[in-house]
Parts: sequence; C-alpha cells; structure tokens
Amino acid sequence: MSNLNFLLFGIYPFIALTVFFVGCWIRYDREPYSWKADSSQLFDQKGFRLASNLFHIGVIFILAGHFVGLLTPESVYHHFISSPNKQLLAMVSGGFFGIVCLVGLVMLIKRRLNNDRVKANTRRSDMVVLYMLLVQVSLGLLTVIVSMSHLDGSVMVLLGTWTQSIATLQGAQAAAAIESVNIIYKLHILVGLTLIMIFPFTRLVHVISVPVKYLARNYQIVRQR
Amino acid sequence: MKIRSQIGMVLNLDKCIGCHTCSITCKNVWTSREGVEYAWFNNVETKPGIGYPKEWENQDKWNGGWERKSNGDIQPRIGGKYRVLASIFANPDMPEIDDYYEPFDFDYQHLHTAPIVEHQPTARPRSVISGKRMEKIEWGPNWEEILGTEFEKRSKDKNFDNMQKEMYGEFENTFMMYLPRLCEHCLNPACVASCPSGAIYKREEDGIVLIDQEKCRGWRMCISGCPYKKIYYNWKSGKSEKCIFCYPRIEAGQPTVCSETCVGRIRYLGVLLYDADKIKEVASTANETDLYEKQLEVFLDPNDPAVIAQARKDGIADSVIESAQKSPVYKMAMDWKLALPLHPEYRTLPMVWYIPALSPIQSAAQSGTLGKAGVIPDVRSLRIPVKYLANLLTAGDEEPVVRALERMLAMRAYKRAENVEGVEDLEVLQQAGLTKKQADEMYRYLAIANYEDRYVIPSGHREMNVPEAYGEKSGCGFTFGNGCSDGQNGVNMFGGKKISRRNVIKTVQVGE
Repeated sequence: MSNLNFLLFGIYPFIALTVFFVGCWIRYDREPYSWKADSSQLFDQKGFRLASNLFHIGVIFILAGHFVGLLTPESVYHHFISSPNKQLLAMVSGGFFGIVCLVGLVMLIKRRLNNDRVKANTRRSDMVVLYMLLVQVSLGLLTVIVSMSHLDGSVMVLLGTWTQSIATLQGAQAAAAIESVNIIYKLHILVGLTLIMIFPFTRLVHVISVPVKYLARNYQIVRQR
Repeated sequence: MKIRSQIGMVLNLDKCIGCHTCSITCKNVWTSREGVEYAWFNNVETKPGIGYPKEWENQDKWNGGWERKSNGDIQPRIGGKYRVLASIFANPDMPEIDDYYEPFDFDYQHLHTAPIVEHQPTARPRSVISGKRMEKIEWGPNWEEILGTEFEKRSKDKNFDNMQKEMYGEFENTFMMYLPRLCEHCLNPACVASCPSGAIYKREEDGIVLIDQEKCRGWRMCISGCPYKKIYYNWKSGKSEKCIFCYPRIEAGQPTVCSETCVGRIRYLGVLLYDADKIKEVASTANETDLYEKQLEVFLDPNDPAVIAQARKDGIADSVIESAQKSPVYKMAMDWKLALPLHPEYRTLPMVWYIPALSPIQSAAQSGTLGKAGVIPDVRSLRIPVKYLANLLTAGDEEPVVRALERMLAMRAYKRAENVEGVEDLEVLQQAGLTKKQADEMYRYLAIANYEDRYVIPSGHREMNVPEAYGEKSGCGFTFGNGCSDGQNGVNMFGGKKISRRNVIKTVQVGE
C-alpha cells in the first residue's frame, strides 16, 4: 500500500470530516447571520424553477443513495438484495438522478454567468462550489460507465468497505480496501471529500438547515420580547 | 380567554396629502442599506393603481394570505406545509426585482469630472445591483404618483372588481386617493405561518411581528405568504426583512418614525386588548364580508372590569391597560367604527386600519342638485366610489364604509352648525348614529389631532421580560451580525463567560 494512497484515503477523510464538523459548529454558533440559502431568485426567474428543481431533486436522491448504499453493511443488505443486483440498482438510479442533477447544474451555471444581476452578486465561493459540483457529478456519471465492465458488485463492496471503515475510524483498513479500484472512483472520492471540507465556508451550509421542523410546528409563533 | 395586547395603528386617509414624508423618514432610518434599497417598509401609493410591487393585491397572481378550505380550516394560500417545503428550491409565487423596481443611482461624479463640452453634462442612471448603465428607467416605487401612467394599466387595480370601471378613466369622472402602506402586524400573520425556519414571530407584549435575522435561512416563503407584500428579501444578506414597527421607539413609549414625522397628523397609535383564543375561529369565518365584523369581536373592552381582571392575570401591565382605555385606535375602530382593516378578505386580521377618505360630491357639481340622504349628503354620490373603498377595506361590503363616511360628514355638519351658525344640530348626529359626546371627541381626535391624543403608547416594561435587569446594564447594545454575540448555543465552545450580559455578583445583604 503506497503512502500516498494511505494519506489520501486513510487520513484525508478524517481531516475533511473534522474541518466539516468543527467548521459548521463554529459558523453556526458564531456567525448565525451568515447561515442562509443565499438565493438569487429575486434577480431572475426565467428558467430558474426548472433548473433549481432539477438540480436539487437530483442531488437529494444521489446523496440519499450514497448514504444508504455505502453505509449499509453487506451482512445487512444481502437479506434483501444480492451484490450484483444492488450494483445494477445503484447504476440505474444513480445514473438517472445524476443526469437530472447535471442538467439542472449546467442550467444554473449558465444562468449565474449570463445574468448581469446574478453575476454581479456572485461570490468566488459560489463559483467554486458550482464548478466542483459539476466535476463531481460528471465523475459520478463516469463511474457508472466504468462499472459496466464489472457487474459482479465486487468494486461496490470495496467502496462500501472503505466508507464503513472511515465511519468506524479505521483509516488503514479503509485505504487498503480502496487501493485496487479504478482511478475514476478515487477521483470521485477525493473531490467529494474536498467538497465536504470546504462545506462550512460556502453557501452549502444551508443543506444542514432543511426545515423539517416546519411540518411539526404550529402555524403561529408568539414570543416574548 | 387569553388576553394579549397589541399596538395598533390607524391612518386617516381623509387627511393624507401624499407627501411621502413617512416613506422617506422610514427609508432613511431603516432601509438605506445595500440589499434593501428597493425595499420600502412604508410606501404611499396613489389609488387607483396597481401599486408596489406590481399588482400586490391580485392574490390570483401572488397567492398571498390565507384560504379557507372546504372543511372550514384555513391554510396559507401558497399551500399546506408539504407544498411549502416542496417549493423551497424555487418559490413559484415570488415577485422578481422588476416587480418592485430595479434600484438605481446616478453618476453624479460625472458632473464634476466631465470635460468642458458644448452641452451640459448629465448624471445618467446606473443599476445598483449590477452596476450596469440603465438606459431608461421604466418603473419605480411610486411610478403611478398622482394617477401616473395610462388608465388602462392602472385599472388592473383589484379594487375595481365588480365595478363598471371604464367610466373612471374619463377625465370628468376620474378620482384618486393616497394609500400609505406598511406591515399590518397582523393577528393571524400569513408570513409567520409560511416561514419554514420558524424565524418570524409575533411579540406577545405589543404584537409586533419580527424576523429573527439569525434564524432566517432565506427560504423566501414569507415573501409569498404575506398578501400585502411587505416582506422584502435582502439580496445582500440573503435574509428577509420587514417593517419592525420601530420597536426600539415603541418600547420607549415613542411613536414610530412614520407616525412621528407625518405632517398631516393622519396617524394614530394605541393599544388594543384582544382575545388570542379567538383568532383562529375569527380568521376562519365562512363569509368574506363577515370578516370585518368578526374581527371586531376579537377586541376587548378595556373598561370592562372582567377584562381588566383577566388581563392582569395574563400578565399585562397596568400601564398597558390604562393606555388601552385611552387608545385612539380603540375609539376609531370600535367606538366610532370609522377605521376599517385593509383587505380583511386575506384573513390575516390586519392591525393597521384606515379611515376611508371623503371626496368632492360629484353629481352635485354636474347637475346642481345635491343627492341627499336626509340631512347629510348622500355618500354614494362622492367622487370616490363607495364600492371601491369597500373593495379595499371591507371585502366589498359597502355598509361599514357608508357608515364611516356618513359619520365623518355628520361630525363636520355638526361642527359647522356650531361654529358658523351657532346652533347645536343634534339631528344630523342622530342620523349618523352618533352622540354629542362622540362627535365632540371625533372632532378633537380627527381635526385637532393633538400629539398626546394621537399617540398613547405605554413604554415597553423591559424589566418584566429580563430576569435580571441589572445584568443587562453595560452589556451589549444593538449590533448587526455577531458584533458582541455569544453565539446561539448554550454551550460555549471556547469556554469563558458570556460577554453580552454581565454576571451580577451575588451580594449578601447586611443582616441576611
């Protein structure tokens, strides 16, 4: 196992996750005024509904798929589905929502670059996030193509092992599991980890504030001064 | 019964001269910042007109306010909770900046730096959002000032519903009035109900509706929820902002900036006690035209001993109850029934009320015969159609508008008889259902309008809301952002003591 592999897949994930958690905590606690979705809908709505909905729906399904798919141990899911079938499911659903997300993302990037008002109020971090997401979604779609050459589910099991090892804080085991997979997967993971690391410093933080509590609360809120 | 108090406002449209002093002073104090330069917490519209933002009253377009479902329940017109969350990525009912106007400034510096040329240099407009040149400014916050733009466009005004509006486009029949608008600080606010983050709230002590800037995540649903379009998205901060009813002034017992600076003395501020348990029932009233009358049932008589006892039990300070007894708003809305709510059909139970404007008597000027209903002239022959006022203030029910206008005319006739002819004309008062005492008081409040009669505001009783008032002394004052914030969590991740409040040292009294 090379040192670089260990650094990137055995140590870097923990750095990224630490920056993520501590960064989010500090920002939420110290800079609540900066915690927001940062919408630009006010400036331009032409095509925005379609673009934003495509992007968000795609990304939500993809994220959910990654969480469930990668963090469910083989011993649990093989009661319901075999590894090859699970891989096929992941490829089809991931491919579909990946394309949905990609189309929305490209539309959003185009809008951000072409509309004067939106462009003037775009921060550098907004563009960094958009381009990184573009790279990440493209890499993700490429993995679907790469996966076609091995439909037995073995690579998927390795990726699952990597994720679960990281989740259980076993860096060496994680790095070993990932060593043999195609470079596309590795790049996808690296960009993903970097996105997680820069998360607290960008508008992405609004993801954490999904207002599910709204469903449970009363319509009216009365507070004392 | 759960009694709460609210500072309400009445605007006497009969005296509004449309000078915009309220708008300007408000803007200078609250929205001169980047990101809200397009936002006017207070604006004055010329009616009839589509207003600001464009067609704000057209809820078929914007879906603001509440709707009553077939089962008798109400929900925001933008949709139930799942629908609101589903439209969070792209709000389908949100105005664009062009619906307000693209904020602009002028290249004034060019006037100083232009070289000597044949023609005088000009300061051309520039968008303050994109910084780009604007060749032509095509809309602004008050584009329809004094019936600006053609009638065809202005007549999209929703208040023309169920009216033969064509004739009002003719020069001889045209009419206008001013409508100053601000946040209604509703009893049943639709903005609060539509905020996914739960950042908007109504204050228990004075009913002021505020947005917690640190909790707002910029989901933009409140902008659609509010039927008066009085919540604005700050494009710079990414948070929503709204009229704060100048709460720092109200807490100190002072009138809001818009009221204080009103040169026409048209604004009144006073306490209303209301029964919070009745709000939902009243807002769900089946018939839209009953909403005005039903809303009156929410307000409680501050002189009723039972109400006073219950109010004390609910923690309302005596000074607030006293103010409620002297409240000009109570007098105008409840005693005299002059003030009416703005668009009660939105079911928000608004708390900024309006006295409809009188206008010249039209048919009399035309034919020389004055339409008279008894002693006072027939208000239906006023230049501003009663139906128009009713669509604006009582969901189309003309009767309360007619009553209010008649009472104002009756008071004038009575005072005129008294001062000019030296007779006491009680008949005219009787016809309008007024007593002599009421008419005299109406004259005092409407015509004289002394400062201390217009503004009866109890101070905020901060001491009752802060567990240890002494700890607040020399603490942190008002800041934006986290100038001296300790953070939101109880846990202090960097250790140490909270800085915004002083820790009061426990002292032992001698003899303890």
